[in-house]
Amino acid sequence: MLDIQKIRQDFPILNEVINGKPLVYFDNAATTQKPLPVLNALTRYYEHYNANIHRGIHHLAEKATSAFEASRHKIQTFLNARHVEEIIFTYGTTDGINLVAQSYGRTFLKEGDEIIISTMEHHSNIVPWQMLCEEKGCVLRVIPINDEGELLMDEYEKMLSEKTKFVSVVHVSNALGTINPVAEIIEKAHAVGAKVLIDGAQASSHIDIDVQALDCDFYVFSLHKLYGPTGMGALYGKKDILNAMPPYRGGGEMIKEVTFAKTTYSDLPYKFEAGTPNIADVVAAYTAVEYVETLGKKQIADYEHELLVYGTDALNTIGGLRLVGTAKEKVSVISFVMDGIHPQDVGVILDQQGIAVRTGHHCTQPLMQRLGIPGTSRASFAVYNTKEEIDKLVVGLERVKKMLS
Amino acid sequence: MTINEKQDELIEDFELFDDQLDKTQYIIDLGKKLSPIAEDYKTDENLIRGCQSKVWLHSEMRGDVVHFEADSEPTAQISKGLVSLLIKILSDEKPEDVANADLYFIDKIGMSSIITSRRAGGLASMIARMKEFAQRATEKVS
Ligand SMILES: Cc1ncc(COP(=O)(O)O)c(C=O)c1O
Repeated sequence: MLDIQKIRQDFPILNEVINGKPLVYFDNAATTQKPLPVLNALTRYYEHYNANIHRGIHHLAEKATSAFEASRHKIQTFLNARHVEEIIFTYGTTDGINLVAQSYGRTFLKEGDEIIISTMEHHSNIVPWQMLCEEKGCVLRVIPINDEGELLMDEYEKMLSEKTKFVSVVHVSNALGTINPVAEIIEKAHAVGAKVLIDGAQASSHIDIDVQALDCDFYVFSLHKLYGPTGMGALYGKKDILNAMPPYRGGGEMIKEVTFAKTTYSDLPYKFEAGTPNIADVVAAYTAVEYVETLGKKQIADYEHELLVYGTDALNTIGGLRLVGTAKEKVSVISFVMDGIHPQDVGVILDQQGIAVRTGHHCTQPLMQRLGIPGTSRASFAVYNTKEEIDKLVVGLERVKKMLS
Repeated sequence: MTINEKQDELIEDFELFDDQLDKTQYIIDLGKKLSPIAEDYKTDENLIRGCQSKVWLHSEMRGDVVHFEADSEPTAQISKGLVSLLIKILSDEKPEDVANADLYFIDKIGMSSIITSRRAGGLASMIARMKEFAQRATEKVS
């Protein structure tokens, strides 16, 4: 059993007072708060061994380089990747998807090839593919969903053909909390010879990820949604596929030799890491992953599930409130709409009571169009949230109703 | 009353509340009192961009003053309240006064939490639209 009160002490920001009320932070799907060990790792880096990596031969450069590479190993084990060079550091999920679309997509996809995404994708997993389709003449196909917010898997199967060359789907929906059957999606895509990318932005903090068991070709996530720093993420890719892909940004660490006549590129993973990377945040990512591992993914998931069940029941007691996204398999995300009340007004009035939720379309406008709503209010829970906080949300929402009736 | 006198009065009204929620309730209630505008005015041209919620603003000259009317989509009650504050202060004033108005009440009413962030985009566009209309009106007169 996790000691939540003790865990809360690791997060100094939870002591903030907002509008005279203690902060209740329920916007974890946007970004999680950072524990002291991660904050300390950042300071320690800048205080003791800030240096540019790989190039220097002096002591600090060596220390920074080995901390940087230790993070790569940490993420390798976190995802259970076979080889350490299969982990590419990126600026986040969006950056990772763009890398794959631009490098793999531009090289291996051609006119008439079909790319499959789903109705519940984040804009980050729509726009890069649309850009590629426009450039290469590929065709974007979209897996539909039911009203509960689950993928229609038989429709997906019907879509698959020898024309399908790439499938890119979200592991866990940020707007609805739905956990998608990605193992099945990957298997079926491979059966027609397509490659698969999984957007793990929302999954990485809640679900055990094993890229070898999943057999996905690419997996992307952001550290800031995993109690880690902003501005960094990781892309996993199968080694032979990454090897076949050309670099898509030039300069810095990614070269072997440059002459004006020709440049040869570094090996994996460096050929995809041009320029000085986000060293401090990569280094602190080690600590973020370690923090999650120490608590235990399973323990975190079990506790968050308790919050989800408690929160769902509690919100269902509020008249005129309707949950959006009621999939059987869900992480701790509760999206909802209230009769006659604009989600933005819900957000403002909750904020004045110290409660932080997200409102709007959650960067999933096509999903909102499918559901026929402009947006939702969303409370998403992390390991440091409590049932008492959910009780405060209920009181807060009753107040919203009273004020706007 | 001049624009500044109206602003000062509004600031005084808000000083009666020390709770943000009460201030917001006041804004919502002011919004509810805003007279509805004709459906004909709810055009794309009158739609203010920059808010998560929809607000329409209609401007016209009535004699020598500018007159503003506004409405929001029915659920967006806070936006409607905010636009009603602007109308209270700027409507039925001389175009040059509107064009040159310094809207200091926004900072002074202590509602930063609803006026900042994305909503400020909406509020700022509303103000810009009102001033632009007033400015064009002064140019026509002179
Ligand atoms: C499902 C999903 N995909 C992609 C992203 C984009 O992540 P980032 O902004 O860290 O690149 C997010 C973030 O909200 C997300 O929830």
